[in-house]
Parts: sequence; structure tokens; C-alpha cells
Amino acid sequence: MENQVLISLKNIVVTYDDEQVLNGMNLDIRDKEFVTLLGPSGCGKTTTLRIIGGFVEPTSGEIFFDGKKINDLPPHKRPVNTVFQRYALFPHLNVFDNVAFGLKIQKLPEKEIRTRVLDMLSLVNLKGYEKRRINQLSGGQQQRVAIARALVNHPKVLLLDEPLGALDLKLRKEMQLELKRIQQSLEITFIYVTHDQEEALTMSDRIVVLKDGDIQQIGTPVDIYNEPANAFVADFIGESNIVDGIMKQDCLVQFAGQDFVCVDKGFDPMEQVDVVIRPEDFKIVPAEQGKLTGVVQSVLFKGVHYEMVVEGSGYEWLVHSTLCEEPGAYVGLDLIPDDIHIMRKMEVE
Amino acid sequence: MRSKAASIPYLIWMVLFTVIPLGLVVFFAFTDTSGNFTIANISQVGQYMPVLMRSIWLSLIATVICLVVAYPLAYIMSRRKSYQQRTLLMLVMLPMWMNFLLRTYAWMTLLERNGVINRLLGLIGLGPFEMINTQGAVVLGMVYNYLPFMIIPLYTIMTKIDNSVIEAAQDLGANTGNVFARVIIPLSVPGITTGITMVFVPAVSTFIISRMLGGGSNLLIGDLIDMQFLGAAYNPNLGSAISLVLMVVILICMSVTNQFDSSEGREEMMV
Repeated sequence: MENQVLISLKNIVVTYDDEQVLNGMNLDIRDKEFVTLLGPSGCGKTTTLRIIGGFVEPTSGEIFFDGKKINDLPPHKRPVNTVFQRYALFPHLNVFDNVAFGLKIQKLPEKEIRTRVLDMLSLVNLKGYEKRRINQLSGGQQQRVAIARALVNHPKVLLLDEPLGALDLKLRKEMQLELKRIQQSLEITFIYVTHDQEEALTMSDRIVVLKDGDIQQIGTPVDIYNEPANAFVADFIGESNIVDGIMKQDCLVQFAGQDFVCVDKGFDPMEQVDVVIRPEDFKIVPAEQGKLTGVVQSVLFKGVHYEMVVEGSGYEWLVHSTLCEEPGAYVGLDLIPDDIHIMRKMEVE
Repeated sequence: MRSKAASIPYLIWMVLFTVIPLGLVVFFAFTDTSGNFTIANISQVGQYMPVLMRSIWLSLIATVICLVVAYPLAYIMSRRKSYQQRTLLMLVMLPMWMNFLLRTYAWMTLLERNGVINRLLGLIGLGPFEMINTQGAVVLGMVYNYLPFMIIPLYTIMTKIDNSVIEAAQDLGANTGNVFARVIIPLSVPGITTGITMVFVPAVSTFIISRMLGGGSNLLIGDLIDMQFLGAAYNPNLGSAISLVLMVVILICMSVTNQFDSSEGREEMMV
């Protein structure tokens, strides 16, 4: 049951001072979904968000909202609201007036403004803070005011630009769940920008992975994690071992001097490929039973698992295991075909 | 403790050059030529009321014009790239590198009956216009000389307004008018009050501008004071009395202006 497309970006190109920030982006965002734009800094994710908000004019390309072209619509006429990176709260207004700002501009009756603002403040757990000045609030509270200020206008789409970047880890985790809860209870489309892959995996319905102004992959968090489209996505989402390999035939790949059975097909014979192996997919076995062997170089305790670096025949393998091996131990590593991900080489730029 | 020691030079300076002269002004204002106490000087000031009123009125007009001209300019400057901001600021300051007298003399040659402007207008068959020795010329001189003092505090406060706050207002549905009325103007109130103070105070007590551009007929309170000390009407006691009255007037004006500023601040305190 896919919802209808609400926002559509068609062939968007953005150039700043001769530098291309987005190279012809095409992206559809559906009603009521939580979409995350994920990528390293400078990948164009914030620019994409600002195009939707109306703060950046694309050099070429078209933006549609509900089927209507909105390229020339100024920000104050767009049915979207934004939670800015550093909140951008109004320093001269108290919490109530910050949240009421949009409603006062719409000239709604005083009474309705009051109820809506107070409802929204209780939704973000800030009841009783109406009269506080902005500079009397903690980072987490300012964050909530920014969210309330945007949501109180009942936008069809909420744009969030790294809204949790300035918060500490524990608060960030709490706010992730809270944002997801708010999104589900209000049934609003959220477009969320972050460089934090874990945040993206936790909250999103769909993730759009960006690099250098190009979309690398669009998919559900599970798809993106399990079936990364290329070595960049694999490396960016979670930790990975990425090595060069040669596809000998369908379902047979050679890397690290060994042939492995895999599940990937459709490559040219003897095509050069990237082989991606998640560290948690290695199984540590006695040396004589492993196809790959090596000496444990280092062991770090990570809470749930141990992180080990195993070096053998010129390769360093990152291995996550709940079993601990002593540094210096000679071990074997085993893999099942499902855990070997084959990717076409990315074009060299 | 250390901060106390460090403040001693300033205290000495204050006493020597602010407190003692102020005390002398008060002393002279309430004494006659032989040093006896009198309020005759103060009551005499009443007859110069029209001059005082004219000074306040012309300074007010000049201050308002400065504000209206400087506000958009300061805003435009503050939204430019930083190297453009530096250049624009330089251009604003440039006239101030020239001597104040020289600048005012320049206006005389421009505005004179046979001055540059009238001669140019004459070429296209207009004029000549009576420009020098009018109140308009005095106001023009004030605006020209004190405009930078309005631009700079406004510009300084506006550079502190984050672009994202303006974007947030637009995002919440504010058009350009609303952005100014609800965000930019309230956030620039401290700059407005500083600018008003820095233009109004020197304008109300100026005497050079009115003498050069206003002729004899547009005497300002500054001219009057000047005449009591250095002019033909030599009477330092009356001069002091006029100064004292002017000081009180300025103080009242400033406290009214600051009311706008601190009503913002007080709200902050109350919550």
C-alpha cells in the first residue's frame, strides 16, 4: 500500500561558483513517509532540503508538490516547515511566542492560537515552559521548541536539517524515538537530513544515500544495510571489509587468492569487482578449517561483541565476534555464500 | 581586587575631566559675575526658548532622516559577503577622514547662490534657488555629517542577526514585510537607540553647521552657548545656565529613547 507521491524532484542541478553540488537529482517522496537523506558532509543533502524549503533555487530542473510545479514559489508560501540545524529560534521571543509565530502571521483567532500552541508544547513535553526565554533553555529543550514551532502550523511536510547534531548521545537516542513517535501520530511526511548512519537506520522508512551530489541508493534501512548498491554505501552504512575480486563465473568469485561460492550473478566473465564482507559475518574457526587464515593482531572489547583485526596473506580483516581470541592466535575465518556481497566497481572519477 | 586597582586611572580621569567641569558648569550657572548665588541666569534661559525649540526640532528631523536613510543601507550591508561589507563600511567612513569644517565648507560652495548646484541648474534653465542660509541647509549639514554615526551601530547590530533566523521566519510564512516587522526591527532595537543617541546629541548642540549653512537667521542653542563664551555677548554664567538646561533636555530625550530598548530587556528579566 504505497502512498501517492507528494514531492517530486526532476533532474535537479545546483551549481555554486562553478562547483556542481547536485548533478541532476531525481527523487520522489511519498505522503506520510519518513525519508532520510544520508551522506557525508558536502554530499548535497542539505542543499536538497533547502531546495524543497525554497531557500535555494536550482540551476536547472523542476520541483513538484502534489503535482504542481513550485520552483517559483517563495519559502513563505510553501506548505512545508523546517527544523533548522542550529534551531534558529527567535531570541527576542519567549517559548510561547516562538511557537505561535506562524499562527500569528496567519492571523488566526487568539484563542485558537493559544490552544494549538499549548497542545503542541505538551506534545513535545514542554508544558509549563511557555514564558521561558530561549536563552534559558537547554539544547534539548531548544530542539523541542524548534520542532513545535514547525509542527504547530500543520505542514504537510516537515524538513529536518541534522536536528539532533548538537545533542549528546543519550538525548539524541531519546529524541530519535520521540521524533518517530511524533511522525507516526501526526501522519506527516518527514524529510530528515543526517550524516549519522545509525540514526538513519533507526528512524527511516526509506533512506536516500548521497555522495558528491549523486544518489547512490534508495531503499529501506534493511535493504540498504543488507544489499548495499556499491562499495561506498557498504562502507558508509556500518563497517565493512572491502577487497578487490574477480568474478570467475556466475556465483563464483576469487579474492584473497581463493575461490568462493557466492550468490551473485550477471557479471561479465573475469570482471573486476568489489567484494564486501560485514565484520559480523565472519565465523572464527580453527585454522585448518578456515578458507582464510590469519593472526589476530588486536582485540577490542565493544560491549556486545569483540572487535578483532586478523591479518593473513596480505589482508587485514575486521572481524566482530562474541568469542574472544587472544592476540597472536592463529585462526581460520569462514564465510557462507550469502555473506559475500559482490559489487560492480565504482567509476573512477 | 585587581579590577579595582585597574579602574583607578579611569576614576582620576573621570573626576578631572567630567565631574569637576560639570561642577564648574553648575557653579557658574547659579552665580553672577561676582560669585554670588542667583537663579537669574536660569530664568533668563526662558527667553531663548524659541532657539532651544528650533535646535531640538531641526535635530529631530535630521535624526529621523538619518534613521530612514541608514536603516535600509545598514541592512543591505549586513547581508553582503564579508569582503563587500568591508568595502561598503570603508565607503561610509571615508568622508569622516576629512576635516569636519572642510566638509561643511564644501557644502557652502555647493549650496551658495552662485554655487555649483545653482549654476548647473541654471544651465537647464532652472533656479537659482535659495538654498544656503535656510533651515533645510542646516538639516542637510547635520544629516551629512552625522549619518555614519547612525549607520555604524545599526550595521553592527544587524550583522549579529543570523540569516537562519530570517529564513526561519520566511519558512513560517512571513513575507518580507512581516520579516522586518516581527524579526529584524525588534532584533535591531539596540542599534536604533544607539544610533539615535549618537546623531541627536551632537546635532542638538552643534554650532558650526548652523553658522556656516544657516546664516545668522537660524541660530541654534550651540551658537548661543558659543557666543556667551567666545562671542561678543560674553557672559559665561548665562552660557553655563544654557548648557545646563540643554544637558537636562538631552537627558530627558535619552531616557525616553532608552525606554524602548529596556522594555525589551525588562521583559527578559521578568520571566
